[in-house]
Amino acid sequence: MAESTAARPKSKAKGLDPARADEHRSWLRQMLLIRRFEEKAGEAYSLGKIGGFCHLYIGQEAVAVGSLAALGPDDYITCSYREHGHALARGISARAVMAELFGKAAGCSGGKGGSMHLFDASLGFLGGHGIVGAHIPLATGMAFAVKYRNTSQVAVCYFGEAAVNNGAFHEALNMAALWKLPAIYLCENNRYGMGTALERASALYDISERACSYDMANEVVDGQEVLTMYAAMDRAVQRARTDKLPTLLEVRTYRFMGHSMSDPIHGHYRTREEVEDQRKRDPIAVWSRRLIEAGLMDEAGVRALDKEVLEEVEDAYRFADQAPDPEPDELHQDVYANG
Amino acid sequence: MAAVTYRDALNQALREEMARDDSVFLMGEEVGVYQGAYKVSRGLLDEFGPMRVVDTPITELGFAGVGIGAAMVGLRPVIEFMTWNFALLAVDQLVNSAAKMRYMSAGQVGVPAVFRGPGGAALQLGAQHSQAFESWYAHIPGLKVVMPATPADAKGLLKSAIRDDDPVIFIEGEMLYNTKGEVPEGEHVVPLGQADIKREGSDVTLVCHSKTVSVALKAAEQLGSDGVNAEVLDLRTIRPLDAESVLASVAKTHRCVVIEEGWPFAGVGAQVVDLIQREAFDELDAPVLRVTGADIPMPYNKHLERAAKADPAKVTSAVNQVLYRE
Repeated sequence: MAESTAARPKSKAKGLDPARADEHRSWLRQMLLIRRFEEKAGEAYSLGKIGGFCHLYIGQEAVAVGSLAALGPDDYITCSYREHGHALARGISARAVMAELFGKAAGCSGGKGGSMHLFDASLGFLGGHGIVGAHIPLATGMAFAVKYRNTSQVAVCYFGEAAVNNGAFHEALNMAALWKLPAIYLCENNRYGMGTALERASALYDISERACSYDMANEVVDGQEVLTMYAAMDRAVQRARTDKLPTLLEVRTYRFMGHSMSDPIHGHYRTREEVEDQRKRDPIAVWSRRLIEAGLMDEAGVRALDKEVLEEVEDAYRFADQAPDPEPDELHQDVYANG
Repeated sequence: MAAVTYRDALNQALREEMARDDSVFLMGEEVGVYQGAYKVSRGLLDEFGPMRVVDTPITELGFAGVGIGAAMVGLRPVIEFMTWNFALLAVDQLVNSAAKMRYMSAGQVGVPAVFRGPGGAALQLGAQHSQAFESWYAHIPGLKVVMPATPADAKGLLKSAIRDDDPVIFIEGEMLYNTKGEVPEGEHVVPLGQADIKREGSDVTLVCHSKTVSVALKAAEQLGSDGVNAEVLDLRTIRPLDAESVLASVAKTHRCVVIEEGWPFAGVGAQVVDLIQREAFDELDAPVLRVTGADIPMPYNKHLERAAKADPAKVTSAVNQVLYRE
């Protein structure tokens, strides 16, 4: 049971296509941006500049970056509360995300959403949602709207493996399959729902097999390999756009940090050794190595990229720190359409 | 004007709004092939097809969420709950998703959806099928709560609810579906947030909504023959509450009884009483009294059930108290 989920299955991607070098390098940049952003967010949280809950994405960067790379600009995205990485990968600026974490008016949700409720409707980024599993039916509804309007968009829903034991997951996937909706349910299996290991919460170890209940296409994906993630997502996107059918992707990944900033990285529920072992498959190190081996980048290039994103994150931090709070009269705005 | 049933008035509203706006669709259990558990959606499947009149599995949380997701990207779903008792399974979606989306997104994403179906008790359906939940939803900022008492209001308010850009909780009455009343021909829209005087009076205000409007009217009739002229004020919309109309009526009569079907603790009436004592304290000649359902799960036995419900006798008794006639 303690078997490393992130290590299997083996990557399906072999060589890299030189024609896509720019895109491949951009994925590394995005993953680095998320990593450095999250490290800075952790620091800001410790300084009291970010309040409430703050769930970091460190360790899972390849999932958001690889999967979102397969989407188009009109597609719909919903996430759980661990969504800083998805927001950045979708193209919300580091400034707007950091400012939201700081609760500032310039944040992507006007300082009213916070870490768990990032929105940018112009990018189809329709929320971080704070109740485990509850956003899964929303994505089904967005996919329903796509079918209703007969467009070629897809609706993607990101959630953790703990959400699959929730009734909302079952209800949402059943309807998506029943009605043949262009939805992609992307389960980020990071092995732990807070401190409860998958095998202590789910009677079925292989989450992908749950799709069989709905006669739904499914796939197990190595989430530490950004190209593998992209390729699997691309297949699911084609299935949704062309065949108008949903997919359940079980993406095996690992959270390197605690559940939230208030939680320990290891302790009662997992060992330090396990975390250290998983860190050997750090998705950024894995992808950097691939790029270097393929001759698409060198060590100096990776360092330069890292320096560039560090500066972007520092800029976002300064921006968020100095940005004004929402005006007091914002308190009562946006409750209803007419104020 | 033609006399139509409450059920058919709702049906007209749905048909007219679906014909007017392609983005309006109806979804719920048995709304299509079966023609609606209470026949509110009769004929709509034939007229609008299965993409716009959508039968769902029995999955309240799921299809409420589907409606909210569709509304987030611009459709205007009307989600039918077979009854509001079953909608308890969807409360998380209504409270955490529908009500808060606009605020959490700082106005970027609204939820223009209507959630409708019958609420409250019918006859001998027992504890789990006989509950009035309007105060639960009225408690939630971001939701609107609408409860028509007559066929004309049912039609006019449902049309407004469908056109509204916010999530609307639209609670009908199973016992009202067969009631008949005059409904204006042609376009008939009743704005949300406006109470309606169903009977003018000068001695006491009876604040009521939904099924208790007929209870109040019957009580007013009895009181009339006893020389008491009661005003019956139908709230129609619970949230936003039409405070102005409540206060204007109390300023006229100086006495008030608030009637509701639901349980007394933290009920809609408690909110109305709070309003009156804050804003019209000096107008009052007596404490405001409330008539509610009994503070118990609903019993099955018909005599016990009758005893648990608000009725005209309880209202006239309360009126006699505020008039110091008892």
